Amino acid sequence: MSVLLDFEKPIAELEGKVKELRLLMDGSDLDLAEEVQRLEARAAKLLSQTYAKLTPWQKTQVARHPDRPHFGDYVAALIADFTPLAGDRSFGEDTALMGGIGRFRGRSVMVLGHEKGRETEDRVRHNFGMARPEGYRKAVRLMRLAERFGLPVLSFIDTPGAHPGVRAEERGQAEAIARSIETCLDLRVPIIATVIGEGGSGGAIALATADRVLMLEHAIYSVISPEGCAAILWRNAEKAAEAAGALKLTAQDLLDLGLIDEIVPEPLGGAHRAGATTTARVGEAIARHLRELEERDGGELRAARRRKYLAMGSENAA
Amino acid sequence: MNWLTNYVRPRIRALVERNKVEVPENLWNQCPACERMIFHRDLEANQRVCPHCNHHMRVGPGYRFRSLFGEDGYEPLAMPKAPVDPLKFRDLKRYTDRLKEAQTRTKAQDALEAAAGMLGEMPVVCAVMNFAFMGGSMGAAVGEGFVSAAREAIRRRAAFVAFTASGGARMQEGAVSLMQMARTTVAVQELREAGLPYIVVLTDPTTGGVTASFAMLGDIHIAEPGAVIGFAGTRVIEQTIREKLPEGFQRAEYLLEHGMVDMVVHRFELRNVLERVIGILLRSRVEYAEPESDPAPELAEEPAEPVTELREAADD
Ligand SMILES: [Zn+2]
Repeated sequence: MSVLLDFEKPIAELEGKVKELRLLMDGSDLDLAEEVQRLEARAAKLLSQTYAKLTPWQKTQVARHPDRPHFGDYVAALIADFTPLAGDRSFGEDTALMGGIGRFRGRSVMVLGHEKGRETEDRVRHNFGMARPEGYRKAVRLMRLAERFGLPVLSFIDTPGAHPGVRAEERGQAEAIARSIETCLDLRVPIIATVIGEGGSGGAIALATADRVLMLEHAIYSVISPEGCAAILWRNAEKAAEAAGALKLTAQDLLDLGLIDEIVPEPLGGAHRAGATTTARVGEAIARHLRELEERDGGELRAARRRKYLAMGSENAA
Repeated sequence: MNWLTNYVRPRIRALVERNKVEVPENLWNQCPACERMIFHRDLEANQRVCPHCNHHMRVGPGYRFRSLFGEDGYEPLAMPKAPVDPLKFRDLKRYTDRLKEAQTRTKAQDALEAAAGMLGEMPVVCAVMNFAFMGGSMGAAVGEGFVSAAREAIRRRAAFVAFTASGGARMQEGAVSLMQMARTTVAVQELREAGLPYIVVLTDPTTGGVTASFAMLGDIHIAEPGAVIGFAGTRVIEQTIREKLPEGFQRAEYLLEHGMVDMVVHRFELRNVLERVIGILLRSRVEYAEPESDPAPELAEEPAEPVTELREAADD
């Protein structure tokens, strides 16, 4: 067990007791099987009860859990012959936003996504998944490349937001994001985005303006972090839990609002408990949507994508 | 709100301070930049640019329409209805209450208004964001207004000019406001595909989701002097990065230096520049009296030297 979320502690305690009892049984003639079974059942029940009614703030914590599958895990599980591509051909390479070509179930694809990194050093190297302008410009370059060769684009969204910094501003962070959104809306190949963890504001929508937007059950997608929102509207960052509720940032909320297309269920206890099951389920969902989108003409696909976004927040559509 | 008491038009000031019916003629305003006092009439005559320090004060949609098209030279465009409060958002106050307050205070429906008129001989549709309305934040109504104004430009075969002034996305509309970034981008693409010019005038301040969408997708970017233009707020940058912010950071001139805008234009010149630029783009051929003097210089026979000079100049 690595990182334990607060509300997971009672479950972890039960699971710990089960482990202790098992050790006790191993070293003696004590028959504790019944007790073990009882505790295990209780732990399982508590786990499913807890995860069935996570609050938006708890979901925020699950969405940020460091053991959740990251971009690299999805690539490893779903993409054969993955070949990373680097650089925006203008300034630099940004490893907060990764990209490359490969095969998804035999089909050549372009893969893009934020990578938060896992160990401390790794996290710093990936800038905690906060991309700079060169990251978005690389994404634009790779999307154009995908279009030229008819490769569908699969993007994986997992970012606290675009990097806020002096150099990033100088190099046109806003323009880079705007161009990335624009490119998403211009593609004549299918684009499927999956919010796998944190969908943080402009930095997320830059890659998530797509024919299909899928979201993991406990992922979040928001215009601002709950902490940031609380600091501004409540003038108190400690009201983050309240802000998380008000922002309607859960997958269930976004589906109700008509802003995403499908929720991919997570394994019991969250994606961080069963990474392989999670990546496999996401793969199934992507494959299903891709089959459908691939049937369609590129121009028609693009027109439908634009209609979809034009309708968001329109009186007629709502 | 400091700026409001500082220099807002007497008429609106009267609405805010309801008990005052008549506004005294000898009203003084204080410049928020240099803090010097300016006689109200002088400020108006100076297009709300501080005569002492050249600070360009924030002005609203009505003011922009009048200075672009003349007092009676424009037709306000009806803004379509947008869904109100899609999230049923509530912080310390209800979002619907905040909206009503802003509507009462500004006499506007939301943070974007549009009008159509003529600039010289060219038809122009102009959308203006109103920072006084909830910080010019972009929610569904702003998105809807932008889309419908852009489409009106297409119907009229008109140039589209957007004046931006925004703190970013409207938090109270959550991801709905985020989606307006994509939505307004579609409108820009439609303008482009219709072959019409889309000019952005970036005014103080333009930040966040508005900058990261339609404000940075213009064919030509004009900024008002001193305007703050950026993606992240300076406070966020300072807190996150603990970097010292350079002098003039995120100001119009800084953006010009870093290649993000085509020009920084003084308010006195703005109308002329817009008319010239739109004229060149929309009317690709005009009757032009040939100058009587010498024939045009033959470029091919120019000595190589000036080229070298240019290259040297570009290197520093
Ligand atoms: Zn001044």
